[in-house]
Amino acid sequence: MAINFVNPEFEVVRNPNRCIACRVCERQCSNGVHSFDPETGTMMADETKCVDCQRCVALCPTRALKIVKNECQLRENANWQQDTIYEIYKQAGSGGVLLSSMGNPKPLPVYWDKILINASQVTNPPIDPLREPMETKVFLGKKPTMPERNPDGSLKTDLAPQLELTMPVMFSAMSYGSISYNAHESLARAAEALGICYNTGEGGLHEDFYKYGANTIVQVASGRFGVHEDYLSAGAAIEIKMGQGAKPGIGGHLPGKKIVGDVSRTRMIPEGSDAISPAPHHDIYSIEDLRQLVYSLKEATQYTKPVIVKVAAVHNIAAIASGIARSGADIIAIDGFRGGTGAAPTRIRDNVGIPIELALAAVDQRLRDEGIRNNVSLVVGGSIRSASDVVKAVALGADACYVATAALLALGCHLCRTCHTGNCNWGIATQKPELVKRLNPDIGSQRLINLMTAWRHEIMELMGGMGINSIEALRGNRLMLRGVNLNEKELEILGISHAGE
Amino acid sequence: MKRVYVNEKWCLGCHLCEYNCAFANSGLKDMAKLKGQKIYPRIRVEGDDKITFAISCRHCEDPICIKSCISGALSKTPDGMVEIDKSRCVGCLTCVLVCPYGAVIQDGDGAVQKCELCLKNSSGAPACVAGCPNNAIVYEER
Repeated sequence: MAINFVNPEFEVVRNPNRCIACRVCERQCSNGVHSFDPETGTMMADETKCVDCQRCVALCPTRALKIVKNECQLRENANWQQDTIYEIYKQAGSGGVLLSSMGNPKPLPVYWDKILINASQVTNPPIDPLREPMETKVFLGKKPTMPERNPDGSLKTDLAPQLELTMPVMFSAMSYGSISYNAHESLARAAEALGICYNTGEGGLHEDFYKYGANTIVQVASGRFGVHEDYLSAGAAIEIKMGQGAKPGIGGHLPGKKIVGDVSRTRMIPEGSDAISPAPHHDIYSIEDLRQLVYSLKEATQYTKPVIVKVAAVHNIAAIASGIARSGADIIAIDGFRGGTGAAPTRIRDNVGIPIELALAAVDQRLRDEGIRNNVSLVVGGSIRSASDVVKAVALGADACYVATAALLALGCHLCRTCHTGNCNWGIATQKPELVKRLNPDIGSQRLINLMTAWRHEIMELMGGMGINSIEALRGNRLMLRGVNLNEKELEILGISHAGE
Repeated sequence: MKRVYVNEKWCLGCHLCEYNCAFANSGLKDMAKLKGQKIYPRIRVEGDDKITFAISCRHCEDPICIKSCISGALSKTPDGMVEIDKSRCVGCLTCVLVCPYGAVIQDGDGAVQKCELCLKNSSGAPACVAGCPNNAIVYEER
């Protein structure tokens, strides 16, 4: 096409007084933005290729670079905003579905930011976590509702299998294929060191990572990639993926060009073939069907591992969760609409699903009302950004949180949201060997450990402030929360009072 | 003795070590002042499209460069570091010829230079190690 309707989104600003033409930016940009002009001895930039991942900015030794928003803007229009117009230009040029990566960036309400946490004053003492014991350990799985006794009167002590975590946070599912070997190794090593779990995603488990099995959740998704008996037995728990917050109702598609070498072997599909995960599980069309898969997986692992069912937060989530709680699953994982992805159709990512805060509150309340809350543990994900989000989620009724975007940020991700191109300059969402090696798992795992250790400290500080000394005492304790800027209906669904009440 | 080691598995070939080395040994206040200057780093990134690694002085147990030095400019410290007294170097480049690693290099003034672990400049510890973005260069006892 002769005319390019879409202006570059960013501008590369190079301070000529600081640039020493070391060419690090050129060598580090997988998109080919920077180049060296031998005639003038200076660096040039082609900003049409820039995705604002800031790799060059971070590595420039003289801080000569800035990536800024292109000031060349279309005429302002509150209805037809520039992004909307450019999407039309792109589709008019390509005829294709728009693809996006990572979580929904639209300015939709973030309820976490409208919920405030309580603290003790005068009549009830706060606890100093540095001086007094503070428990952040959680067990996920089915809990007994009543004490049961053996014929001789002794207490029955055999519990359903539990997942033990040192803190109520886990790394959520990201497949080997969507993220790199080194990213997986970083997550696995950090999970082991922290005493929490990471999740294989639907791409199978690389043979090198079986040794981290005690801290691994193995996923079974609609494509069944890499699923076999050893795989199921390798993990600490098995997760059935029914849906994903970023793209509820649709499947996945890892292009054939990413199915190379170990990825193909781990997924157990031929090299170069597209890995297509169907939108539904073709054997699940009812809760009864789901129950069959739950019990097939339990049978395959001798009832030693808890089974998680992961669903996207959608309109009838409370009823769906109620069904899952009766299906024999031990844990329900709910993924909110702001959750990340390696690639999703833009329209789906930005418009389908509901906020995790509302879904969590609705599900917890529904399961309590029906007297089946102890049948399952609740894990929530979909943009848990900080320790305070974790505390708010637990107080709304979650047993633990799934984090993935925050974990990737710790590994160096700059949320440029172009994972689907496979050119990740930070070595995370790519399978190109020269890019994968940019993420050294020695550094990556340490940064994840640091992040989670910091969060654990903050969780303890927040709990201590409330005078609470264990996660168990915080769970579902909605009296510890107050809303601001929320209407009656939102407060009703969240089950919390307004600030000042 | 602690030495600078390179793990080629993690070397990205970004050449930052060369600039950090040149800056550390330049005595300049700001790296931006290297602008327009030709740099003479004591560590060099070698390799091709598939593999890259940085090379600097190995501080050999039995350094052939010291044996070959006709003016006594090269010597070994009690710790085992191979050092150079530039005022005694006559620029015959014999050491450059004999070094099996290509780690002794001529500087801009005609004398030779080599890695002295940044112990003689204001860095105090190897600048290439501190500036490596991927832990490919390490400074450790082995």
